[in-house]
Amino acid sequence: MISKKHHDASYYRLLKTNMAFIIICVSLAPLIAIGVVALYNFQKSYYDKYVDHLETLVLKHKLQIDSFLTEKLADIKVLARVCSYEELSDEAFLQQRLEDLREEHEGTFVDLGVVRQDGFQVAYAGPFRLARVVYSEAEWFKQAMQSDSYISDVFLGMRGLPHFIVAVKKSRNGEEWILRATIDFMTFNSLVENIHVGRTGQAFILNRRGEFQTHRQTSRGNSLEFTLDFLTEPLGRNRVDVFEGADKVGKKIISVVTTLKEGSWLLIYQQYEADLLSDLYHTRQLALAIFLIGAATVMTTAFILSNRMVNHIIVTEREKEMMNEQVIEAGKLASLGELAAGIAHEINNPVAIMVEEAGWIGDLLEEEEFRESENLKEVKTSLDQIRVQGQRCKDITYKLLSFARKTDPQIKEVQLNELIEEVVNLSRQRAKYSNVRIEMNLAPDLPLIQVAPSEIQQVLLNLVNNSIDAMDKEGGTLGFVTRLEDRAVVVDVSDTGGGIPEANLPRIFDPFFTTKPVGKGTGLGLSICYGIIHKLGGEISVNSAVGIGTVFHVRLPLAKSATQDAGSLPGDTFPEMREAPSKTTSGVVPFPKRREESITGGQP
Amino acid sequence: MAATKLMLVDDEAPFVETMTKRLVRRGFEVVSAFSGPEALGLLKRLTDIDVVILDVKMPGMDGIEALREMKTAYPLLEVIMLTGHATVESAIEGMKLGAFDYLMKPCDMDQLLSKVQEAVAKKRRHEEKIIEAQMKEITLRRI
Repeated sequence: MISKKHHDASYYRLLKTNMAFIIICVSLAPLIAIGVVALYNFQKSYYDKYVDHLETLVLKHKLQIDSFLTEKLADIKVLARVCSYEELSDEAFLQQRLEDLREEHEGTFVDLGVVRQDGFQVAYAGPFRLARVVYSEAEWFKQAMQSDSYISDVFLGMRGLPHFIVAVKKSRNGEEWILRATIDFMTFNSLVENIHVGRTGQAFILNRRGEFQTHRQTSRGNSLEFTLDFLTEPLGRNRVDVFEGADKVGKKIISVVTTLKEGSWLLIYQQYEADLLSDLYHTRQLALAIFLIGAATVMTTAFILSNRMVNHIIVTEREKEMMNEQVIEAGKLASLGELAAGIAHEINNPVAIMVEEAGWIGDLLEEEEFRESENLKEVKTSLDQIRVQGQRCKDITYKLLSFARKTDPQIKEVQLNELIEEVVNLSRQRAKYSNVRIEMNLAPDLPLIQVAPSEIQQVLLNLVNNSIDAMDKEGGTLGFVTRLEDRAVVVDVSDTGGGIPEANLPRIFDPFFTTKPVGKGTGLGLSICYGIIHKLGGEISVNSAVGIGTVFHVRLPLAKSATQDAGSLPGDTFPEMREAPSKTTSGVVPFPKRREESITGGQP
Repeated sequence: MAATKLMLVDDEAPFVETMTKRLVRRGFEVVSAFSGPEALGLLKRLTDIDVVILDVKMPGMDGIEALREMKTAYPLLEVIMLTGHATVESAIEGMKLGAFDYLMKPCDMDQLLSKVQEAVAKKRRHEEKIIEAQMKEITLRRI
């Protein structure tokens, strides 16, 4: 019979792929989902927090700058109120006041000046030669004359250096005059220059016409062109606005804008979005790297796992097939047994009748009328034959019946020698026809073994049939030896047949392995034997030489009662083991006992 | 001495007939029945049966059942079981119920005869002991 493989290699390959695929999908899908969701939310909140932070920063600086300006203006206002025009027009006095201011505000005030309403500077205190200069055409002067106090934009002016003016207008006797001070540009600039976060952030101040009031940090990139669009936007006072844009090459820029000097100036903070989010991008890359490594691990594991699992399935299915075969064989044997029982009974009755009839005929022959018959002797011989053959029928059927009786798989304590004898009885005829002599060397007083009798008979029958097959043509000797060895019962089944070639020896217990022609052997006999013996806790092994013969050694564990009786048995080769307490249910003292003493039930 | 009276119980008619002829030839009185109930009915009417040869496997009431009834109703009656399918279990069960012995079909005539003789001997001894006891009882009665 060809082995029935229900699934072929491509089925298993497909199974492996499917399994791996499912594992990968199920593992990676949540991972991806989490990654995407978490990263997206993280990114959003990070960005928002960052922008909040910038807004706060810019607002803080706005307040700082505004208060700086207000403070300076206040100083001049106080000065103009406290001192009179005449006092201030005195240059020495003015100089003193300048010193006072400069001392308090370390270097913020550059100079002071008093200017008449026609633009003529009547007094000047400061480092530049600006005495008697006329400012009538100067932009700042025109503006200053129009309101009580005025702060100018940054400009170069007559001195040729960037500065801005803080001016206060007072009137005296119907005439107006201006007290003005110059604020040091560098100090002012440093207030703004220090605002930066990250590598690309920069802050600067523009007036409403887009002119820089602070140093433009050209090293930080050309960002001016695009910023003009929000100059026209209405911007709230005391409020910070955030704009998003891009530079010439398309890199995203974020601008935080607020007003200064009551709306006439704009404080702008700009930064490349990439710089701002650099930490975030770093995190994203890390997450991606981890994900990729994780995904790679998951995929590798999935493939390995599914591979292993499907291989296991292959092995298990094979075992299952083998088991099925064994069950079928056992079933056949069982039903055969039942059939045999029925047939045996059916046969015995007719046979009994035949024997009785022959007996009756024999009785009748005692009558006078037959005494002188010529063929009397012949008839009597024939009648005797009938009786003998009837007896033979009886023997055969009873052997069959006793074998059939033992098909229940319950494990019992049995005597191996008896099982062997039964099997031999069954096989005697077949052995005779194959010219095989049976030799029995069964050890007397063999301890009982704990097995399922029908299974052991199955094994023995299998070995016997194999042996007889091996000796089929030329005949030979079939030998049985039973002995006790190392606390186990051993039976050696030997034959003088052709032997097993060394190449085949390791494979004989493999399922579906047979050297018989197709249809003659299933290849399952020895593998079933192997399975049975191992299930019972025993061992089966073989020695064989081509041309000489084969021996199968079957080792079976002792029955519990047998181990109880035998504290120490002949054949124990490990003296240490004798000292160890034997596991008896009666709690017997663990002294080594001689075997004869310890077996209960009377030993001659 | 009265001839031993035997009863054969078996559902196989040819077997019973031939066996009867052979036993009669050897000097026994033989009665036959083909089923358990028939056998029990006969026993009610005929009180001098010594040994019953009983087949174990019969349709309807089987041998063991019949044996039980017989031993209950007639404890001194000896029963030899015949079985065609040698289950040791049924033999043991029969013995426990009080059968004298059992034989397997096809059986050897000489074997059967010796068993029958043993059974009869046992029955006779039993009967004698009963008579002895009765006599003792009478003689010890002092009027």
